[in-house]
Amino acid sequence: MPLTLHVPEPPARPGQPSDFSYLRLQPAGQALKPPIDANPQDLRDFAYGLIRVLDDNGEAKGEWGADMTLAQKHRALHLMMLTRAFDTRMFHAQRQKKISFYIQATGEEAIATCQALALNDDDMCFPSYRQHSVLLARDVPLLDLMCQLYSNACDPLKGRQLPALYSRNDKGYYSLSGNLATRFLIGVGWAMASAIKGDTRIASSWIGDGATAEGDFQTALTFAHVYKAPVLLNVVNNQWAISTFQTIAGGENTTFAARGMGTGIASLRVDGNDALACYAVSKWAADRARTNQGPTLIEWVTYRAGPHSSSDDPSKYRPDNEWQSFPLGDPIVRLKNHLITLGEWSEEQHDEAQKKLMEQVITAQKTAEQAGGSSVNAAAHSHSIFEDVYAVMPQHLQRQRQQFEEGL
Amino acid sequence: MTLASDTPHSLASMTMVQAIRSALDVMLERDPNVVLYGQDVGYFGGVFRCTDGLQKKYGKQRVFDAPISESGIVGTAIGMGAYGLRPVIEIQFADYFYPAMDQIVSELSRLRYRSAGDFTAPVTIRMPAGGGIYGGQTHSQSPEAIFVHVAGLRTVMPSNPYDAKGLLIASIESDDPVIFIEPKRLYNGPFDGYHDRPIQSWRDHEDAHVPEGYFNLELDQAAIAKAGNDLTVLAYGTMVHVAKAAAELSGVDAEVIDLRSLWPVDLDTITDSVKKTGRCVVVHEATRTGGYGAELTALVQEHCFYSLEAPILRVTGWDTPYPHAQEWDYFPVPARVAAAYKTVMEGL
Repeated sequence: MPLTLHVPEPPARPGQPSDFSYLRLQPAGQALKPPIDANPQDLRDFAYGLIRVLDDNGEAKGEWGADMTLAQKHRALHLMMLTRAFDTRMFHAQRQKKISFYIQATGEEAIATCQALALNDDDMCFPSYRQHSVLLARDVPLLDLMCQLYSNACDPLKGRQLPALYSRNDKGYYSLSGNLATRFLIGVGWAMASAIKGDTRIASSWIGDGATAEGDFQTALTFAHVYKAPVLLNVVNNQWAISTFQTIAGGENTTFAARGMGTGIASLRVDGNDALACYAVSKWAADRARTNQGPTLIEWVTYRAGPHSSSDDPSKYRPDNEWQSFPLGDPIVRLKNHLITLGEWSEEQHDEAQKKLMEQVITAQKTAEQAGGSSVNAAAHSHSIFEDVYAVMPQHLQRQRQQFEEGL
Repeated sequence: MTLASDTPHSLASMTMVQAIRSALDVMLERDPNVVLYGQDVGYFGGVFRCTDGLQKKYGKQRVFDAPISESGIVGTAIGMGAYGLRPVIEIQFADYFYPAMDQIVSELSRLRYRSAGDFTAPVTIRMPAGGGIYGGQTHSQSPEAIFVHVAGLRTVMPSNPYDAKGLLIASIESDDPVIFIEPKRLYNGPFDGYHDRPIQSWRDHEDAHVPEGYFNLELDQAAIAKAGNDLTVLAYGTMVHVAKAAAELSGVDAEVIDLRSLWPVDLDTITDSVKKTGRCVVVHEATRTGGYGAELTALVQEHCFYSLEAPILRVTGWDTPYPHAQEWDYFPVPARVAAAYKTVMEGL
């Protein structure tokens, strides 16, 4: 019998009905909560199961359901809605050619938002490009983000970076870049440094399902395990890496949490659209890291609701509106329903809040545009091209700046 | 040459290995944020003994062994640098830095630039390089041109124990990332390319009298290794010694410049010399095409064109992988370098 090369395909392509039976779901409340000093070898079932708190009626179930206070739930809902309003408006701004590029986090808002709420503000995050909720949770003004998106005169990164590749050291948000997976590993080094200095701060590294195929993913796991680094290793499995389904990254008949198990790291698989689960598991992992119990790998199961970026058209490779049938739903709707179930929120309040958040975003956008909004605004910072390559500008760059000024 | 020192100059005779270890010892003592790690660097003290005894002296939190992962070593060091440490890491052989290329080029070199100074990582990467030791293809390479091409990196290579210590201390203190390339052929003694003569030792060599305490040498400063009037030789690492031997062999009064800092480079010292001599030969072990010598040749041509009496020649490794049995056919030995001197002096 001749051999054949196996090339995985997603369960559905454009025009076909969605099929999410591969997801290995588990009912809310079923997963137990292990002690934070649990031996990774005893957590095998967590790497293949699914920690969920909110059931289909919006009720919190099980041991993971008690961690979040009511105030935190309201805060989480606010931040998730703010993230979505921001994304909606900025994606639109890109379509209007006001900014050159944009990346949304639609459908994934619960994960970064709730982890930010579970961390201390001085814990350092090493995000990929869909975790800007962390910045909002740490009260970075919308205007600051927009100035970066517009590459305008107020852009703190002086027009050097693509939109959405923020950097905020003061807010525990490491400088982003377009190359994948490197920062997942760099976060481990930061955590090692914190341990070397006897600090109490921890790190939070982020990677998508697709980028787990990069070498630095496995390298990060090895170093985190070897040195018991105080780091949360977050794998956001949104099922898609641009056009490639997560099976092309190695997700077929396994989980990404299982990768952590093999490396000796406590690894949990979690409903990424369940704000209560996102918070509780992040808190568990943070407590574990902060008490020298070592790293935790968390696979967040979610769905990339929007296009990969403003340059992508998902209707070319996956069914239209597939998100509507994703079994874990919309994280904002699920938290909203939970608060309504508790009698602490209403559809009217929700609609009102949504309207106000959009107004807030629009106001910030107008201010940003006053500081010079255009698709690519070179003039605002052209003379700073040569700065910050080195701590002090060396001779050859001084000569090149001179040539630039002379038009050579 | 600047000498900044906070202790009386109690000189000791050191090999390059001892000088490097002394620099690391001084900086571990002086700056609590300096940490050292890499493969076999901790308990064992390094395969070349450059970190011998340091873990015992400073503890495992400061000096430790790392997994065999160049990307992991560099990547974690960037995170430590961003935290506020000053990591000095080792890649066992320069031939093995390639798995760390993405971390070096995409992260380390441009962190300051892309974050507009919001984050920096003052990492020093030590890597033994160069041939002349029958190291074959993966223990002999000279990859400096790859680093010189990357904006945001500093690339440094010493040629003797004194410079090795002073430049390594300056590299560790630099707030820029530094690729510190150590010619392993010079670890235990100077080598002028005469492989058939007895091995020399650094003992009693004038460049091996090294201050025991703290001192540093300014980066971006070349040194005149041998003054001369007939032609200018641009060299670094092992080739500094070969270039001097070739001057003796050829009888040409060559001025040998030891660049020490490859990039950013000390252009003033180069142009002053070439404008004086009117002739220039570039010598390096690395392969020729796209090598660092091409940049040096272009710089001399741009800045000294009207002073040049002859074309600039390059004596380099051949454009082949580094062979084993044919070590001395590949390595630019004094005879090959001397032939180039004569050609430049007498016309092509």
